[in-house]
Amino acid sequence: MTPAPGPAPALVIDCRGRRCPLPILDLARRIAEVPIGSVAAVDADDAAARYDVPAWARMRSHAYLGETAAPDGTPRYAVRRDH
Amino acid sequence: MPAYLDAASGSPLHPVALAAMNAARDDGWADPGRLHGAGRRARLLLDAARESMAESLGARADEISFTGSGTQALHLAVLGSVASARGPLDPRRTIVHSAVEHSAVLHAVAAHVAAGGHAVEIGVDSLARVDAMAVLAAAQAPGAAAVALQAANHEVGTTQPLASVAAGLEGSGVSLVVDATQTIGHGAAPEHWSVLAADARSWSGPAGVGILAVRSGARWSSPLPGDDYEYGRSPGVPDIPQIVAAAASLRAVQATQDAVARRHRALIDRIRAAVAATVPDVEVLGDPLDRLPHLVTFSCLYVDGEELLRILDARGYAVSSGSSCAASTLVPSHVLAAMGALTSGNVRISLPLDIADEQVEEFLAVLPGAVATVRQALGAAGL
Repeated sequence: MTPAPGPAPALVIDCRGRRCPLPILDLARRIAEVPIGSVAAVDADDAAARYDVPAWARMRSHAYLGETAAPDGTPRYAVRRDH
Repeated sequence: MPAYLDAASGSPLHPVALAAMNAARDDGWADPGRLHGAGRRARLLLDAARESMAESLGARADEISFTGSGTQALHLAVLGSVASARGPLDPRRTIVHSAVEHSAVLHAVAAHVAAGGHAVEIGVDSLARVDAMAVLAAAQAPGAAAVALQAANHEVGTTQPLASVAAGLEGSGVSLVVDATQTIGHGAAPEHWSVLAADARSWSGPAGVGILAVRSGARWSSPLPGDDYEYGRSPGVPDIPQIVAAAASLRAVQATQDAVARRHRALIDRIRAAVAATVPDVEVLGDPLDRLPHLVTFSCLYVDGEELLRILDARGYAVSSGSSCAASTLVPSHVLAAMGALTSGNVRISLPLDIADEQVEEFLAVLPGAVATVRQALGAAGL
């Protein structure tokens, strides 16, 4: 778990209960809601999201910032919109 | 034309294996440990199969033991290499292994750790290859008993730097446990090992035969209760007809191995290029050159891997997946995760011996539409 995932997210997408590949689909649909340079985060309990969110960021040329936890303990994955 | 493209999971028995098995049923049913005529006839068959297997694997006959499966051979290979180090006073308790070993190896390592042993996992690069220097550095640390390393990865085909690791370990007293369960029958058998595990499934032999090979003088002792069969390395009366079939199948497969591997290699090159060119947002994984000849894996963005498998199966194409989007598997492939690859939308193709070029071409023609269908159902178009 990365301790410091960068600035607070401008958008948090709730993907609890959504199985792969739905969390990265949700992220792809909504990343444009944040300004370039801002952070969108995905709260996802699906085990694949831990690997698929960074892979998505790499394939789509955004920056994966790391993993923290939502207030309820659900893993939260942060991505900076780069374009 | 349908095609079975999951040979790494299992293949129909080689015709030579089937004939050998049927012949051995008549003479190979008795306990080979008995001194009567029936026992001696069974013993002759078993000895001949062992000699043949030893020659195929580049080992001595007394280094070869037959096990009940490749998985069991891996369990015994790993646990036996540290079994003698389980006493509390023995400082050698650490197994060094890559992050992309077969789950049978990882489960054996977990059992060792649960019993008070230690393990050091070495990460891999984006091609799934471990760094030989990192392995050797860990193996030089005090307490290292064994290095467990696959000859090639079972999910993405990438070969591991076995020769470099073996050279670095020479004279160190640290055992090299080689998982050759994907390799034998597709290329040269690894030469340098202390303990080696093989699986007859990788050369179109029966599923119920694994091979545990232990070099003379290697540090290995059985982690199981004592037994007289198979040099005390694998308990129980061996299934001689199945073992005869496994040895005969490997002989037959090795006789044409180079030609088949060349053909497979070219077909996989073709699949790698065609998938990358015709499927949008796909990553073809593993080393394009230093790899198993017959296997390739790719991951498609915005695709449910299990749904793609279902559609391909309905069209007559059997493939496998390291994805975990279905309820049947909750954890995504640890290999894809360790590589930093996309775990969803994953497809593994492994070619059977008799694959026809036309089958591959027809699969390649069907695949882009199948991927598009899954994406459309998910509403992923244009993302």
